[in-house]
Amino acid sequence: MKTLIKTQNLSIGYGSKVLFSNLNIAFTKGELVAVIGKNGIGKSTFLRTLAGLQTQLSGEIYFHDKNIQTLSHQEKAQTISVVLTEKLPPSNLTVYELVALGRYPYVHWLGKLSALDKQKIDEAIQLTEIQDLITKNHEEISDGQLQKVLIARALAQDTPLIILDEPTTHLDFQNKINILQLLKKLTLEHQKTIIFSTHDLDFALQIADELLVLTPQTHLKNTPEKLLETPIFNTIFDNSVYFDTDKKQFKIV
Amino acid sequence: MIFNTKHIRILLLLLVLLVVFFMVDIRLGSVNIPFSDVFSSFFTSDGSVTEVIIKNYRLPKAITAILVGIGLSISGLLMQTLFRNPLAGPYILGVSSGASLGVALVILGSSFMPLFIQNMLQSSVSILLAAGFGSFLVLLLIVFISQKLKNTLIVLIVGVMLGSFTNALVSLLSYFGKADELQKYIVWNLGSLAHLSTENILSVAFVVLIGFGFSLQMAKALDLLLLGENYAQSLGLPIKKTRLKIIAITGLVTGALTAFVGPIAFIGLAVPHIAKMIFKTSNHFILLISSALLGAISLLLCDVLSQQLLKNTVIPINVLTSLIAVPVIVYLVFNKQKIQF
Repeated sequence: MKTLIKTQNLSIGYGSKVLFSNLNIAFTKGELVAVIGKNGIGKSTFLRTLAGLQTQLSGEIYFHDKNIQTLSHQEKAQTISVVLTEKLPPSNLTVYELVALGRYPYVHWLGKLSALDKQKIDEAIQLTEIQDLITKNHEEISDGQLQKVLIARALAQDTPLIILDEPTTHLDFQNKINILQLLKKLTLEHQKTIIFSTHDLDFALQIADELLVLTPQTHLKNTPEKLLETPIFNTIFDNSVYFDTDKKQFKIV
Repeated sequence: MIFNTKHIRILLLLLVLLVVFFMVDIRLGSVNIPFSDVFSSFFTSDGSVTEVIIKNYRLPKAITAILVGIGLSISGLLMQTLFRNPLAGPYILGVSSGASLGVALVILGSSFMPLFIQNMLQSSVSILLAAGFGSFLVLLLIVFISQKLKNTLIVLIVGVMLGSFTNALVSLLSYFGKADELQKYIVWNLGSLAHLSTENILSVAFVVLIGFGFSLQMAKALDLLLLGENYAQSLGLPIKKTRLKIIAITGLVTGALTAFVGPIAFIGLAVPHIAKMIFKTSNHFILLISSALLGAISLLLCDVLSQQLLKNTVIPINVLTSLIAVPVIVYLVFNKQKIQF
């Protein structure tokens, strides 16, 4: 398996607060990875650092074999796209315009879309099945729909790596499953590498190729099967929760 | 295609309106001049009183109105997008307050100086320099702060605080100022589009056109900012550089305009909203052009009204823009749905 992006002795955190140090993690092409861990452990910080939205305290990130810091703004934007938890500011943007903004790293200053740009936008809209929404304002649609639109925007950006911060939070059961299935499809059929953080641990165990588990003591990245052989799931939360290895479920003590 | 046919139709209509208001603004005044004379004085030179009025007074004033309208409106649009705040305007950063402080220092503070400096300070050139210097200082401070901070909202808050601080200093100066000096300051503060020399108009035109050009060139970057700074950054926008550019453009344009015509309020806040309501788009290339046109029309309209509302009296332009724009803004606030970016 070919490594797409890897971290080398990466330390993450804010200012003097170190959340994790010496992270050496590799992600391969076409892999769906769920990042799990309790609130405040540093899932978002890790994803934001990986996406270049936050600077690391020390260490390096390599895309293929290139240090990501040597890439230009544009090259980076053509490598990694993101779906964040933050709300979009209010605006007149329609869903189509929002998805089309994903083409910014490829268009010239006037923003006129080429035939290729339009094709990529249409592909993204079809893959996420949001054809019925494209003329609507982004504030008129539901949370589940908006999440799909934001994924479509990331797809239009046409990057080998997509990073999503809690894409299933605030969604109902059906929408959670739809989003996760969409992510799975993108890795299987379009060889995207997708890293997403989530609190839906049961779903993550079922659908992700690998899990990156962050605990106060350590971190571990492996397939769900391999991780089940370790006691790591019992170290994610405090002792009011335990992991039932047979049922592959977290239980209240 | 960036413009659809509907957009082009509205833009053409606005262009026609601009020409009409331009002509009306030149025609009306203390002496009403028939349109035929207005036209003929553009192309001929007979030295008549009408021609002198038009060429030396009305034409420069109308051109100033257009330039000020364009400059303030695009500055307002840039601020609203940068700060993701529908109530942001060129005033919010305290840039015009900086200009006011500079002018207040020169006009009100001069009595503490020796007589020969007093005479020097009272000239119009020194007022100009003081306003330019004041706004430039505030601008430098804002640029410095914005480089230190990632959070744009904090830059906005600092701008508001800075504005209040300079206003307090101005109040203090007015408290100690002499009556005649105070009057002079108040007159400047009321704003005036008239009495600009040709060179002054050319400088204003230069600054406004440069600002407009750079804004158009940044249209796509401004569109990206509608997604928030993190998404914009992830799409390859150098966020700090962009923010610095936007602040520099608005600061320079607002500073220059305030120096020459006094602080003209609320146009920069209201006009971009009207443009967004009419054009129903988020595309900044369209919004910049339409805001510029609407801004020019608004200021010409204000200038016409300032002379026609009261018989034989000219209402100060700053009073009038507030009287017109504030109800518009209040209307927007009450119809929150209409406030967009």
